[in-house]
Amino acid sequence: MIIGLVTAGYIAASVLFILALGGLSDQEKAKRAVWFGIIGMAIAVIVTVFGPDVNSIWLLSAMIAIGAVIGTVVAQRVEMVGMPQLVAALHSFVGLAAVFIGINSVLHALPLESHAEEIIHEVEVFLGVFIGAITFTGSIIAYGKLAGKIDGKALILPGRHLMNIAGLALSITLMMMFLNGAGIWTLLLMMLIAFAIGAHLVMAIGGADMPVVVSMLNSYSGWAAAATGFMLGNDLLIVVGALVGSSGAILSYIMCVAMNRKFLAVILGGFGGPSGPAMEIEGEQIAIDADGVATALGEADSVIIVPGYGMAVAQAQHPISELVKRLRAKGKTVRFGIHPVAGRLPGHMNVLLAEAKVPYDIVMEMDEINDDFPETDVVIVVGSNDIVNPAAQEDPNSPIAGMPVLEVWKAKHVFVSKRGQGTGYSGIENPLFFKENTRMFYGDAKASVDNLLKIIS
Amino acid sequence: MKIGAPKEIFEGENRVALTPQSALQLQKLGYECVIETGAGAAARFSDQDYKDAGVTVVKTGAALWKACDFIIKVRAPEEVEVKRFTEGQTLISFIWPGQSEALLETLRTKGVTAIAMDMVPRISRAQKMDALSSMANIGGYRAVIEASNNFGRFFTGQITAAGKVPPATVLVIGAGVAGLAAIGAAQSMGAIVRAFDVRPEVAEQIESMGGEFLFLDFDDNQDGAATGGYAAVSSPEFREKQLELFRAQASEVDIVITTALIPGRDAPKLWLEDMVMSMKAGSVIVDLAAERGGNCDLTVPDQKIETENGVTIIGYTDLPSRMATQSSTLYSTNIRHMMDDLTPEKDGVPVHNMGDDVIRGATVTHGGEITFPPPPPKVQAIAAAKPKAPEKTPEEIKAEEVAATKAAGRKQTVMLIIGGLIMLLIGLYAPDSFMEHFIVFVLSIFIGFQVIWNVSHALHTPLMAITNAISSVVILGALLQISVGGGFLVTLLAAISVLIASINIVGGFVVTRRMLAMFQKS
Repeated sequence: MIIGLVTAGYIAASVLFILALGGLSDQEKAKRAVWFGIIGMAIAVIVTVFGPDVNSIWLLSAMIAIGAVIGTVVAQRVEMVGMPQLVAALHSFVGLAAVFIGINSVLHALPLESHAEEIIHEVEVFLGVFIGAITFTGSIIAYGKLAGKIDGKALILPGRHLMNIAGLALSITLMMMFLNGAGIWTLLLMMLIAFAIGAHLVMAIGGADMPVVVSMLNSYSGWAAAATGFMLGNDLLIVVGALVGSSGAILSYIMCVAMNRKFLAVILGGFGGPSGPAMEIEGEQIAIDADGVATALGEADSVIIVPGYGMAVAQAQHPISELVKRLRAKGKTVRFGIHPVAGRLPGHMNVLLAEAKVPYDIVMEMDEINDDFPETDVVIVVGSNDIVNPAAQEDPNSPIAGMPVLEVWKAKHVFVSKRGQGTGYSGIENPLFFKENTRMFYGDAKASVDNLLKIIS
Repeated sequence: MKIGAPKEIFEGENRVALTPQSALQLQKLGYECVIETGAGAAARFSDQDYKDAGVTVVKTGAALWKACDFIIKVRAPEEVEVKRFTEGQTLISFIWPGQSEALLETLRTKGVTAIAMDMVPRISRAQKMDALSSMANIGGYRAVIEASNNFGRFFTGQITAAGKVPPATVLVIGAGVAGLAAIGAAQSMGAIVRAFDVRPEVAEQIESMGGEFLFLDFDDNQDGAATGGYAAVSSPEFREKQLELFRAQASEVDIVITTALIPGRDAPKLWLEDMVMSMKAGSVIVDLAAERGGNCDLTVPDQKIETENGVTIIGYTDLPSRMATQSSTLYSTNIRHMMDDLTPEKDGVPVHNMGDDVIRGATVTHGGEITFPPPPPKVQAIAAAKPKAPEKTPEEIKAEEVAATKAAGRKQTVMLIIGGLIMLLIGLYAPDSFMEHFIVFVLSIFIGFQVIWNVSHALHTPLMAITNAISSVVILGALLQISVGGGFLVTLLAAISVLIASINIVGGFVVTRRMLAMFQKS
């Protein structure tokens, strides 16, 4: 196959990838969009494999086939609740691949025309390996945290910023040495340092900030691909890398805005301490049983359900879906209010609810539904805490002050399904639980909703 | 433990502290209930009704006192009643401890624990036992009924075949519970209702009942929240302004209902003689503060009088008692809630917890001590008024928007210039081949930004999965390297890269498809 055809294939692939991302603007188009992505990828791989520069087709085919089988099996088996872990784990692959490719390109350097080109090439290699390495270990740690294999709490080492800066400075020094022909060991050493930085960065970030971390790693994997593209002089890699990189960056930005946190503060980890004593909370938590909730639901005309990570943990989305079906059959308006950072992944709740066959047109975003709470009879909060915490608006000293929250407390009745008393992931007391119109519906979310289903037919 | 309600001996008092209904509830708390024969008759509860509810009926008050540990009453006990108390008994009734020191002293020496229903603090938790509010509610309603009974016209305006009837204008002074109830009642009868209160924060409540708040332009508006939700004494300047406002209203309104009371003081004189004189003939004044001397100069407590210029002034002090069935039902429920709080275990054993704000506040004698006045409650009745940010006019908002757009524009320009300079710098030194790729890179970032902003929030997880899959396009790099023949290591690393990138590509797409297949419309 001639060079022109390869380039034409790359152009087609670029266009298809852009269409694939653009198609995600609505659910119906999205299904087609995935096909664009698949076809684009297929074209890119095929034109490369049958291009003029590749000759060991058998080895390639074997590797691709094995990878495809593993990928399919893993992807088919994963539970929807395990999606965050899977995405994080997959990111690490991109990072690792980028590292290997970078090292390879040094092991087998191609002759370049000018000194300037050589320097730029070497910088690109260095960057590619650096970003790839950070993505790799960062993703592995994120995977461990999301899968519960590593403690979700932020690990705050003394002088952690200093350590990161030192690592960065050392990497830059090594790059300078590398550029002056110090040899491949500088690259490998830098790789190890970057591994450490990546792991340390994510270790320092608490579980509640994981959505940002995952989308940030998504972004990194894109930049790693782009750096690889520069390194190889391959425009398709550059295009895709830039698309993915900016996509991840935007997602991280959206998450940060949703939590009213500065991006840097999230990335550097740790929660900023409160700037003063937290407001005292008056009142008591009043419990209610399934009968009480069922009665209130029976009398309600409009119901909003606010799910959080607790729903995912308890696998309560299926009984909730059934509950919603029954309530809707009785002519009640039932909707879901989803906070942008609910769960551990952007859009996590939407995916879980979709899995449970909740129609997506009753699943609303925070901005769409926040004004409707005062006219709502019953709000059921399932396993979410910070995203419905009125302290964000009422208490200027709260660590989450100013974070946009779902204003569930404005509804007539609020039922909070929660495993027990005590604070949630972030460790912040929630005054919602003490409000006069709030009743605590203690117990495992799934068991609680199952009990409701026994009463509501 | 036994709870007993005697017949009220105060002249004209029709209420009773125990109803058959509240007796049932008290029995659930583990108490036995006793009533003096005929105690509920004036409130239309017969002895038989009580018997049916499981209440023991005793013949005399003296027997009742002997039998019971708790005496629940409406009015404060009179001398003959006080004599019957023995040590260890508990009294629950209205007591007005501020005005009845002698009574407190006697109760103390007798070792009686006295709980004054009029001293229940005004906090949210105690609302269910706030007997003052429930009585005031009835008083306010009844005041309007009495007024209309003595007023020679309709309340509502009508246009009939026999001519046009203007609506009556009602002025309510003091928008506490009684005032608000009066506003609501008068409003629902069709009158035009105006209302005044020294606490500007109640304006909203007045308007919510359908009344028109008479605003007094005065700087020194007091913050009612600081005094437990009650009004406090106002400054002489304020009072002058206030009287001026009333004087202006006097000739316009047909009915005046005054409810102004300051806790522990005589009622303030707000409706002076000259105002009464300037009112139209046939007008009615109902003075709910008559028991404390009245808000109107000419009020005679417990009587209805007519002035020379034909204004009726009603000074009844027994308005709740005039609706005895209703007021007994509410009052007995208040008492039942009080017993509820006193019996945390619901086992018929009272626990007099002086650490509890509500119980501490209401208890006036306990353990041989006078415990009045109570320390201020820990919980504020009403949240302190927050300073309001000045409302922005549309012009200001517009100006702000324009300024924001301009600032954003300036910021963008600056960024573009800086970006352009950096580009120039790179262009100066970097070789052509790099710049060719760089332009692709920059444009792709822009496309990425434009495209990603349109992705709907619900699809963010699929977006991550699909971007993850396509970022594995790095496989191309590995594909190219695998066959360059740079030795075993190169080929091995490239082969591993191809393997893991393929896992990622296939895994990412399969997962995305699985997720998207689940999204469905209802």
